[in-house]
Amino acid sequence: MDKSEKTEVVLLACGSFNPITNMHLRLFELAKDYLNGTGKYRVIKGIISPVGDAYKKKGLIPAHHRIIMAELATKSSNWVEVDTWESLQKEWTETVKVLRHHQEKLEAGNCDQRQNSPVVERSGRKRKCLEERQDSSQKKSLEPKTKGVPEVKLLCGADLLESFGVPNLWKSEDITRIVADYGLICVTRDGSDAQKFIYESDVLWKHQSNIHLVNEWIHNDISSTKIRRALRRGQSIRYLVPDLVQEYIEKHDLYSSESEDRNVGVVLAPLQRNTAEAKS
Amino acid sequence: MKSRIPVVLLACGSFNPITYMHLRLFEVARDHLHQTGMYQVTQGIISPVNDDYGKKDLVASQHRVAMARLALQTSDWIRVDPWESEQPQWMETVKVLRHHHSQLLRSPPPMEGSDPGQEPSAPTAAPQLKLLCGADILRTFQTPNLWEDAHIQEIVEKFGLVCVSRVGHDPKGYILDSPILRRYQHNIHLAREPVQNEISATYVRRALSQGQSVKYLLPDPVIAYIRDQGLYTKDSSWQATGTQKGQ
Repeated sequence: MDKSEKTEVVLLACGSFNPITNMHLRLFELAKDYLNGTGKYRVIKGIISPVGDAYKKKGLIPAHHRIIMAELATKSSNWVEVDTWESLQKEWTETVKVLRHHQEKLEAGNCDQRQNSPVVERSGRKRKCLEERQDSSQKKSLEPKTKGVPEVKLLCGADLLESFGVPNLWKSEDITRIVADYGLICVTRDGSDAQKFIYESDVLWKHQSNIHLVNEWIHNDISSTKIRRALRRGQSIRYLVPDLVQEYIEKHDLYSSESEDRNVGVVLAPLQRNTAEAKS
Repeated sequence: MKSRIPVVLLACGSFNPITYMHLRLFEVARDHLHQTGMYQVTQGIISPVNDDYGKKDLVASQHRVAMARLALQTSDWIRVDPWESEQPQWMETVKVLRHHHSQLLRSPPPMEGSDPGQEPSAPTAAPQLKLLCGADILRTFQTPNLWEDAHIQEIVEKFGLVCVSRVGHDPKGYILDSPILRRYQHNIHLAREPVQNEISATYVRRALSQGQSVKYLLPDPVIAYIRDQGLYTKDSSWQATGTQKGQ
């Protein structure tokens, strides 16, 4: 297939990154290889979007540290970068809104580019872009997107997929929008569990063509929780996180039993918001 | 502070190529030994196997040594030792242990300055050399004709073993099943990797030959070396064929 016919994809990973580990970084590599290998997509960029402090997760240290660690971790990558937009919002932001933000940013950039280019007729193009932007926030048109506007897709591990089933954690319309308008790349060790989860959900089943399951052949379980636990116990985390991240954690003594008590007893922002909305 | 027994950890294997998992073995073993309060790990040695080992897909030892050296650039306590790979032929692990043990007894304890928090311990006891391995090796002890019983006995009696096991695996059974291991179980330290990450070299080689990314599974300088030297491409994977030798 010709290069120009491939859909360009930007992979977005949302999460705490508390701290970022080699496992998070592997998700990007695996997803990129998989999508490029289908012959239909070309992954052009990866974005790491650490959640804001207002998420109120237990043990979540301030976003500026998590951002710096993610930046240190991606220093050696030529295609994955860190974006601070989500973490800079005053309130916790739903993932679908983060996706929308990045899709709109790409479309705006695309329009700007075209407007700056002397060969295209300005007016026509501009209108097209505005229409598209409205489309993406309401309903996706049946027409495929204009060539050149990359698609943002949500990159996640199996835990995120399964968290769709946790009551009040996600708004059902948000799940629908994520899988219908954007798409999901889920890296998982046990594909059959993920498939079963999709099968048991009507909305995921309906949009399964937009959900890509990527097999993780080797068990890679470097969760941030385990990293924090090892640090509290004075155990080495070397080779589980990039060296620069390990040095930064040590230098600033970021994780301790005190830091683990942050937000203890506080209800997670999505639960708080979605429970309140369900009652009203 | 009670003076601790200095320990040097030796890991033998193909390191074809070295991955973060190999490096983790050292970190986990050191944490474990330190936690006993009895030992002070002073040095780690990686000894890539001789080319004559004849394992399928084994690239030349000069490359495997070079990759290990690149991976260890940032470690202040682990080093690669090419002695085993430079011998005219493959040799049993116990002989590699004997060699390094005699080296240790000959030379003053190296890398003394690597741990500034450590008190300069007065006339240090002779360092102990222990074989560092994944727990799988205990199972291979039971494979007929792979190891000589006398060698197993010498390893656990004279030197000692530090085995790092994965979560959910209990290597105790292998020890209890073997009369030799059971007899010297006080000399077998079982450490547990708290974070599962099974980055096998086999997986890495396969991914490389398929043109897939192996970033974050092994250090960047090693990946760059593999690429520059054209290692583990499809054509290079049949360099050495033949049967695996026994111990």
